[in-house]
Amino acid sequence: MPVEKYLGVPLHRPKVAFFEFTACEGCQLQILNNEATLLDFLSLVEVVSFREAMKESTGDYEIAFIEGSITRADEVKRLKDIRKKAKVLVAMGSCACFGGVNQLKNRFNNPKWVKDQVYGKFPVESEEARPIEDVVTVDLKIYGCPIKKEEVEKVVTNLVLGKSVNHPKYPVCMECMANENICLYKLGEPCLGPVTRDAWCPGNRCGCWGCRGPADAANVEQIISIMKEHNFSPDTIIDRLECFGGFREFAEELKRKTVKAKTKKKRAGK
Amino acid sequence: MIFRIIEKTELKELVDVMAVNRIIGPVQKGTGLDGKPLYAFGPVADFNDLKLDYTTTARPAKRYFLPSHETLCNFKIHENGWEKSVDFNIHEPHVFFGLHACDINALHKLDKVLLKSSFPTPYYAAKRMNMFIIGIECKPQPFCFCRSMGTDSALHGFDMFLTDLGDKYFVEVQSAAAFNFLKNINTSDPKEKDHARYMEVVAEKNRKFTATVDTTDLAKILDMEFQSDVWKYWGDKCLSCGTCASVCPTCYCYGVEESVDIDLKGAVKKKHLYSCNLIDFAEVAGGHNFRPESHTRLKYRYYHKHRGFAEEFEESLCVGCGRCSEACLAKIKVPEVIASIRSGVKPRGR
Repeated sequence: MPVEKYLGVPLHRPKVAFFEFTACEGCQLQILNNEATLLDFLSLVEVVSFREAMKESTGDYEIAFIEGSITRADEVKRLKDIRKKAKVLVAMGSCACFGGVNQLKNRFNNPKWVKDQVYGKFPVESEEARPIEDVVTVDLKIYGCPIKKEEVEKVVTNLVLGKSVNHPKYPVCMECMANENICLYKLGEPCLGPVTRDAWCPGNRCGCWGCRGPADAANVEQIISIMKEHNFSPDTIIDRLECFGGFREFAEELKRKTVKAKTKKKRAGK
Repeated sequence: MIFRIIEKTELKELVDVMAVNRIIGPVQKGTGLDGKPLYAFGPVADFNDLKLDYTTTARPAKRYFLPSHETLCNFKIHENGWEKSVDFNIHEPHVFFGLHACDINALHKLDKVLLKSSFPTPYYAAKRMNMFIIGIECKPQPFCFCRSMGTDSALHGFDMFLTDLGDKYFVEVQSAAAFNFLKNINTSDPKEKDHARYMEVVAEKNRKFTATVDTTDLAKILDMEFQSDVWKYWGDKCLSCGTCASVCPTCYCYGVEESVDIDLKGAVKKKHLYSCNLIDFAEVAGGHNFRPESHTRLKYRYYHKHRGFAEEFEESLCVGCGRCSEACLAKIKVPEVIASIRSGVKPRGR
């Protein structure tokens, strides 16, 4: 049964739609994944379009959740159409927010070569992977690869109740420290935790790859120099920074510097 | 004060006697790159896990009395109202076995704010009142500057305090509870040579301190150097990650968040320990941020520790345990920061 009132105040049950672009659909799967609260979720909102979960679909929605990055011209058109219809457009997951793992292909700076390698004799249209913000205005972002269902539920609950949606602005270190983990730098492993937006995951002795993008006051230059001090190679640092796209500019700058340094060294060697 | 002697072979008995309660003590958590053990406070299930000769722990035992996340209250929501339920989140007493003097002194400082102020914090008080503390004499590490802060020895605030004399422990007994516990094991009166040995051990410990902080007129100097460029130097290094506060035994600042359950039938109010170095620490309603710059936030951390608290309570809020300096990836170290602010000169070669 849909909930009609909260503390005596009538509630509006928004119509929501889920759309995927270039992505693995894993974020949408996360939403379906928690059966314990799925019915509560469905009584809070009216889902009108969700290809992964239902056959029916209408174009009448207020909140659009977008998963995936943009890699084709038809995706640009489709996304712009969605933007026109939706009152609130939510970028959901690393691909939508930053280009995600998809944008790793941009690293080669040669779309034709990438296409040849991947598709060979069966070419399809595939351009550089872009975050959806490059195409339309985004009202809200939900970070992570994949997103965490509880976080989506909190966002939706707050939207329905008219409460503000606040993401943590500080980095992963806070949660990692709360979990009483040993800092991975003390164990000789690289980690982007000190500059990545706080997450729930630290505790598996796996350094952060930055899927949730930069925290609000991320001092990325400083963490790069700390990683160098810990003897991590520029390639290791670049791999980390460019994995999910959130730190793209920093990865590119470091690449430029590294190439420059290598050429200088070569010349000096001659 | 009553003094006793416990043979080392008898220590296991003491732990066993205590074990009817939950024992929290220093245990080995891992091994560092240098092959040396890394310690943490954790539940002690087996006597052999208790590492009383530990160097330091990366984090204090704070999570047992000031947890990083704590539920303050739950709400049941009806159509036209709500019911509130409060739990102070302590269901058994804790025995803290092996706290160093700095960590005992940290509790005294926290007490001043959270227990003895006009508005005591019941969540802290409930846990604090259910503590049994066994202190142990420490081994000064290169980063320890507690002696400068006057927190290198604990005069009170423990039930008993052990000092390692070699094959036995010298025990200071301060509470009736401790006295009664000791009745269950073999102890003896200290002899003259035990007193002499105790004095030797303490003198030897005091010789091992190397790090120092000049605290002379520090509160005043911090005011004079409010506009110093040196803050900017440290601010540029700072990652604003909050690790210093997370590992600090006396940082108690927090934020509160209320969230409504997805079925709209319940809600929860949670407390989350915060750090003044985090970007939105001084952000207020409407989005205005009083301290948007990293160096300003870092400066206020030092102000709270060494000036604000000092003016209120005539002592610093820092116990000189050096944990923040050790944990900071950017190598922002308290003795260096204070020395640079005092002299107005940025450290060279960094």
